[in-house]
Amino acid sequence: MSRHPGLNLDASHAPAHDQAVTLVFGFWVFMMSDVIVFGLLFATYVAMSDALAGGPGPHDLFELRTVFIETLLLLISSLTIGMASLSMKHERDDARLFIWLGLTFGLGLAFLSYELHDFASMVEKGGVPSRSGWLSAFWALVPLHALHVSAAMLWLVVIAVQVLIFGQDSEVKLGLLRLTVLWHFLDIVWIGIFTIVYLGELG
Amino acid sequence: MTLHQFLDTAFGRLGWDALPFWEIVRHPHDGKAWLNGLIASGAASLVVFGALAVVVMLTRRRWWRSLWSGWLTSVDHKKIGIMYVILALVMLARGLVEATFMRAHQATALNDTGFLTPEHFGEFFTTHGTIMIFFVAMPFLTGLINYVMPLQIGARDVSFPVLNSISLGLTAAGAALVMVSLVLMPFSTGGWSGYPPYTERSFNPGAGPDYWIWAVTLSSLGSTLTGINFSVTVYKERAPGMHFFRMPLFCWTALCTSILMIFAMPPLTVATALLALDRYADFHFFTNDLGGNMMNYANLFWLFGHPEVYILILPAFGVYSEVFTTFSGKTLYGYRALVLATMCIAVLSFGVWMHHFFTMGQSAELNAVFGISTMLIGIPTGVKIFDWMLTMYRGQVRLTVPMIYALGFIMLFVIGGTTGIVLANPSVDYQVHNTLFLVAHFHNMLIPGTLFGMLAGYTMWFPKAFGFRLDEIWGRRAALGWIAGFVLAFFPLYGLGLLGMPRRLHAYVEPAYLPFTVVALVGTLLIVAAFACLCVQLWVSVRDRDHLSVRAGDPWDGRTLEWATSAPPPEYNFPVVPTVESKDPFTHEKLDGKALQSPDDWQDIEMPRNAALGLVLGLVGFLGCFGLVWYMWWLVVLAALAGLGAVIARSFTRNTTKTISADEVRAQYMEWLENVRALPLTVRSQESSRANNGRAMPVMKEQQ
Amino acid sequence: MTREAPEDEAGARAADAAHERRSYMKGFLVSLVLTLITFGVVAFDIADRITVLVTLGLTALLQIAAQFRWFLHIRLRGQARDDLQLILFTALILGLMGGGTIFILANLDARMH
Ligand code: HEM
Repeated sequence: MSRHPGLNLDASHAPAHDQAVTLVFGFWVFMMSDVIVFGLLFATYVAMSDALAGGPGPHDLFELRTVFIETLLLLISSLTIGMASLSMKHERDDARLFIWLGLTFGLGLAFLSYELHDFASMVEKGGVPSRSGWLSAFWALVPLHALHVSAAMLWLVVIAVQVLIFGQDSEVKLGLLRLTVLWHFLDIVWIGIFTIVYLGELG
Repeated sequence: MTLHQFLDTAFGRLGWDALPFWEIVRHPHDGKAWLNGLIASGAASLVVFGALAVVVMLTRRRWWRSLWSGWLTSVDHKKIGIMYVILALVMLARGLVEATFMRAHQATALNDTGFLTPEHFGEFFTTHGTIMIFFVAMPFLTGLINYVMPLQIGARDVSFPVLNSISLGLTAAGAALVMVSLVLMPFSTGGWSGYPPYTERSFNPGAGPDYWIWAVTLSSLGSTLTGINFSVTVYKERAPGMHFFRMPLFCWTALCTSILMIFAMPPLTVATALLALDRYADFHFFTNDLGGNMMNYANLFWLFGHPEVYILILPAFGVYSEVFTTFSGKTLYGYRALVLATMCIAVLSFGVWMHHFFTMGQSAELNAVFGISTMLIGIPTGVKIFDWMLTMYRGQVRLTVPMIYALGFIMLFVIGGTTGIVLANPSVDYQVHNTLFLVAHFHNMLIPGTLFGMLAGYTMWFPKAFGFRLDEIWGRRAALGWIAGFVLAFFPLYGLGLLGMPRRLHAYVEPAYLPFTVVALVGTLLIVAAFACLCVQLWVSVRDRDHLSVRAGDPWDGRTLEWATSAPPPEYNFPVVPTVESKDPFTHEKLDGKALQSPDDWQDIEMPRNAALGLVLGLVGFLGCFGLVWYMWWLVVLAALAGLGAVIARSFTRNTTKTISADEVRAQYMEWLENVRALPLTVRSQESSRANNGRAMPVMKEQQ
Repeated sequence: MTREAPEDEAGARAADAAHERRSYMKGFLVSLVLTLITFGVVAFDIADRITVLVTLGLTALLQIAAQFRWFLHIRLRGQARDDLQLILFTALILGLMGGGTIFILANLDARMH
């Protein structure tokens, strides 16, 4: 049995299976290209960590508490989207799938709200990107992750609508598979963010 | 809202002064303003009238419909490949004209008498470099790989055909942005590398650097997607029996190049995106003040830039490998060594980027490390050169046009590579960096390396794509003209560099430079003549296409699968997916008498349907970026929404493939096969004559 | 267990589902513990900066590995090997690019002071 997360189209239909493997592999490659983008933004962030230019620094701007909450929200959402993909793989039950997808969406929304709150409070304290090189690096990296999460949530909605229209057909399944990969991947990037951006500066 | 406000919103910062003749209006008594204004207006009218002429022709001949369904919305890798190559050739013409203007300017620039203004000259070298790299070399190699690689591995198409047309759309959008900058000026003056702080808003607030940023960003997104597509294709779409170590070398280089694209385009995207943030949103990545660090830009840019030059050269290496083995009638010498060398180069290319800024001020130890890693690349490259020469050794070498390019390549490329090793020595680099020595070096790699390779590939695979060969005589004139012109145009630049002449130089007072620049101008004119020969060649060949026809599909006694199918191949490439049993599969088939058989098991073939998504995203990308350049925010928002909408709408389509019935496939194939079987075999001595009908007598059979 | 028998296919699938669910839970718990350690070290300020940074680095790497293993099903063997090679190659390139960037810029920085 294939070890791709939930990659289990009807085994009898070999060409469709090959196609699915190709598609998911292609998506992985795309993700790896994206990893390089994030990696370079991380490197830039580290290289600019001294470039405060007399502006506010991490201790003035970051709140450990909200970052912790965001981390937990995202981690739980990783679990729920995993459950969504398992439900798609093993059950034919649209209602269950919707529950898991809905939970994931809700957790993503909560995550984004907390982040927006963080960003707003940074701006309030003068931590705007035009203030210093370090802040520029922050504002390029962390909001880019948030942007990815928003895009993933939009994709999730599109997939949900497609389930309503087409049922769980193979396109929907493939879409959800790739969304799952993306979502896990975003959690992995977040590990980098809370470690390097927040805790690395605060610790 | 007053009319004034409305116009401000509608046109952003686009004003009359963007028109190419505005300087003349402003300074009607200034001779230089007239001259430069006329040059710019001439270029702009070429763009405008060229576009109009195309529209008129399409309408007159009623070609719109076939253009739409046969090309623009086609997702066939062969058609997409051809469109890429056309884009590259058109842009090459512009790049060459610009090169000629620069050379003419420098040949008359002693004591500041050159005819171009400094800004205009700056635009010239910036657009020339940007175009040649992103809109000539990249589309050319992408086009060739697109056309040839799936055929060589026995696939029906690339893994993601629609993505393929999206890549083309984005690349073409970038090229269109550079073309539009001729009409609504100016383009950047910051060189093809766009270094800040010179390209920052505080130094250069105009639209120029923004044009550059968005053109390059579009192209790099397109190339990233191309890289993903090609590498997955090589991984997953090979025909049964086509093991990795049976792949033609061109496929190996295609694979390595695509991997480089996947990992090397993101740094460019990051660099241009951060520069855009600096310019648009007042960030401080590369500014002089508030903690900005422009050295990080150099670092990011060359993290892309160095792998990029291997992206450019590896496919050419692949082409040369095919040329040498085909036109020597021998299997490739040292196949495994060549594959390993290709992989070595690909990996090493990520570890040398700092040699592009040896003089930026880092410690001597660090420079030494990167100097050594740079020199290491010479080793696998040297291995390749020997393998190619040994491929020719005792082969039945035919001096056809691709072979002339390849021989010119070997000789000139070794010289260029040697100067590269010289430059890899940091202490030498301190002397000659930023001089014409460097310009000579990289042109020496890019022209005999990449461009000759692409032209050789164009000549070799043209008959496959269109069913007739290119005219041999004009081809030879072009090839020899390129070689001689290159030597004349660029060898003097080594001398100029050693004399200390900086690159991108607008005016000088040193009389010793003058003779060299004049010789370089003569060489450039020769290159222009060679390019004209290419155009004539195309014209003559289309005119004589019936005499040059090679519908049987194998004009050069080819060794790999692409020659086993008809010319041009059917949409689905192969009537039955071939099974591969060895390297050089087609040669073995021909020798064992297994070529031109009719298979007995026919099946329906499923092919992707046309899709307009690539076209739409290209258009939307162009409009959105145009809006960004001129601050027309409404256009940016509209374009973004339209793009997003198109992608989402596409995800709701279910009916994306069509089926071609087994009967139809068989009928088509059998008709072709009967025609071919009726043809006499062509021996190699007739290869360049009109007797070449595309049905080859294998060289080895000839010798028996 | 007679997994191969066709009549037991439904049972096998159910077992498979349970197995995969457990895998997710495992990944979740490991990640949770590692997250708690990470934040704990910083929140309660229990060590000097070097120790903190080393701990942060280690827990982050472990957590990334855990998520690859249990959420994304990347194994050392089996069909996901292409994916594994891809990830390892990416890690190599990322190390070169990211590490190189930090190193070079630090070197330049040091020489400017
Ligand atoms: C075919 C004949 C060509 C001629 C005569 C030519 C000539 C020139 C000249 C005069 C310059 C400006 C040198 C200076 O800075 O003083 C230049 C720059 C450059 N050329 Fe070419 N070139 C040719 C082809 C190519 C090709 C095929 C490529 C790439 C594939 C290329 C890439 C570049 C680049 C990247 C620059 C640097 C632009 C910059 O300074 O930012 N050129 N070339």
